[in-house]
Amino acid sequence: MTALQKDRVPRRKALRRHWWFTPWLYLLVPLAFLVTFTYLPIGDMIGYSFTDWDGISPERTNVGLKNYTDLFTRPELFKVFLVSGVYLIAAVFQIALALYFATVLSFNTRFRNLFKGILFFPYLINGVAIGFVFLFFFQPHGTLDSLLSMIGVHGKHQWLGDPDLVNKSLAGVSVWRYTGLNLVLFLGAIQSIPPHLYEAAALDGANRWQQFRHIIAPGIKPVISLSAILAVSGSLAVFEIPYIMTGGSNGSQTFVIQSINMAFKFDKFGLASASAVVLIVLILIVTWIQRRLVPEERVELS
Amino acid sequence: MVLASAVVLVPLLVILFTSLKTRKEALGTGPLDLPSNWFNFENFRIAFTQGHMMPAFLNTGVILLVSVTGTVVIGSMTAYAIDRFEFRLKAVVMGAFLLASLVPSVTTQVATFQIVNNLGAFNTRWAPILLYLGTDIISIYIFLQFIRSIPVSLDEAARLDGANSFTIYWRIILPMLKPAIATVVIVKGVTVYNDFFIPFLYMPSTDLGTISTSLFRFQGPFGVNWEIISAGAILVILPTLIVFLALQRLIYAGFAAGSTK
Repeated sequence: MTALQKDRVPRRKALRRHWWFTPWLYLLVPLAFLVTFTYLPIGDMIGYSFTDWDGISPERTNVGLKNYTDLFTRPELFKVFLVSGVYLIAAVFQIALALYFATVLSFNTRFRNLFKGILFFPYLINGVAIGFVFLFFFQPHGTLDSLLSMIGVHGKHQWLGDPDLVNKSLAGVSVWRYTGLNLVLFLGAIQSIPPHLYEAAALDGANRWQQFRHIIAPGIKPVISLSAILAVSGSLAVFEIPYIMTGGSNGSQTFVIQSINMAFKFDKFGLASASAVVLIVLILIVTWIQRRLVPEERVELS
Repeated sequence: MVLASAVVLVPLLVILFTSLKTRKEALGTGPLDLPSNWFNFENFRIAFTQGHMMPAFLNTGVILLVSVTGTVVIGSMTAYAIDRFEFRLKAVVMGAFLLASLVPSVTTQVATFQIVNNLGAFNTRWAPILLYLGTDIISIYIFLQFIRSIPVSLDEAARLDGANSFTIYWRIILPMLKPAIATVVIVKGVTVYNDFFIPFLYMPSTDLGTISTSLFRFQGPFGVNWEIISAGAILVILPTLIVFLALQRLIYAGFAAGSTK
């Protein structure tokens, strides 16, 4: 994204013949949208977060930092972060899996497009449809139990009813849904590595693991770090699948479900705003750390 | 690889099997059993008519068409202005777009809701259209990336012939952007077609159901009638599958561009 800031100045001299406001004519509509639907809400939200507003009544009182102290001291509000932790672990697993498949597919070209297509397709499917597919899949005596009994594991599991299992089941769905996207990104990056590097490595007697370790992994480092950042912010912002499948019951409530319920079900608009502000700050911090750790460099392998 | 493909396909195939079973079969047979009649489309008929899928596809279609067209126009205009002009505050404008891309829109909905409500757009098709148009920073990046590769000498030649900036944008830049437009149409189209959150929050009225929210409402009336729910899910997945098979190459390229730039 910072590629934006790289400005190539020299070529512009010939283009100077326009009114000073011409570019603003093109930017008027986009900027109006940007301000109305991104910056205005953020500003409003910071304002609401210091009040006890219920979202409807004309009165609101300033309560200072109370909403924020509530968020961090009331354990029932704080435990949504533990749920995010489960999704984060699943995301690490997902990236490792996609990396493995991408490497295998880049070495072995038979049926590559078929496998790639099959693994990627879930990413395109409607979230509600995925929710239903897996509600059915996880039913007691449903698909998963039937499959397990085929390999000798009998029993009826409450995949979505048991608070110990529910988040793992739901995180499993998100691995199912998103692995293909990582795979496609990794595969694209691997294919842009010049092939003669492998040939040279093979001549030097490097095995597959060494090729992965010393050529592929460093070659696609920017994409891996991008996936890592998306995984962290994604696991903080999980909403759709758990909301559709469980409505947040049995301990599967995520940060976003909690905020939405606080705002629209329990009329705690101030508290919901504070929690959204905390989420944005967290995501900005994570992004900033990632930018510091992995500076956006173009990796040149040749 | 084969195992992974099976993991992906089995849950989907099971839903397909179930959608072709009769009520009695769905209750009496295991989920992995095949349907007895592969041409039993009764469930699809019920899902389509009683599940209000027809208006849902229409609603989604209208919203899709308007927001995708709008995104292409707005995104390409923004990219044109930023790449082809020098002006004061340019760095500020770019910074504003950059920062906005880091804030997930799902987090700001609590306050966005008030704004949409004050605009009088709540519970109309305008709410999702405005939101889809207003939050799309990815498409601006895709256009920007692409517009850089169009030689400025083309603009200059046109300018010497007396073309003004809008003619250059409309006659030269936009036609050259076709590959980028295809990418944006695909990425945006998939997002809008599949979105649940925005229509769920902003269009609670049943008449305004999109495919996502109408399918979500299957939970109530069809309860445990899994053969009908399955048919509904298949109806929603099918167009995606057809488009995916037809445009595979473009779709991979589109999503790679959309998520890394």
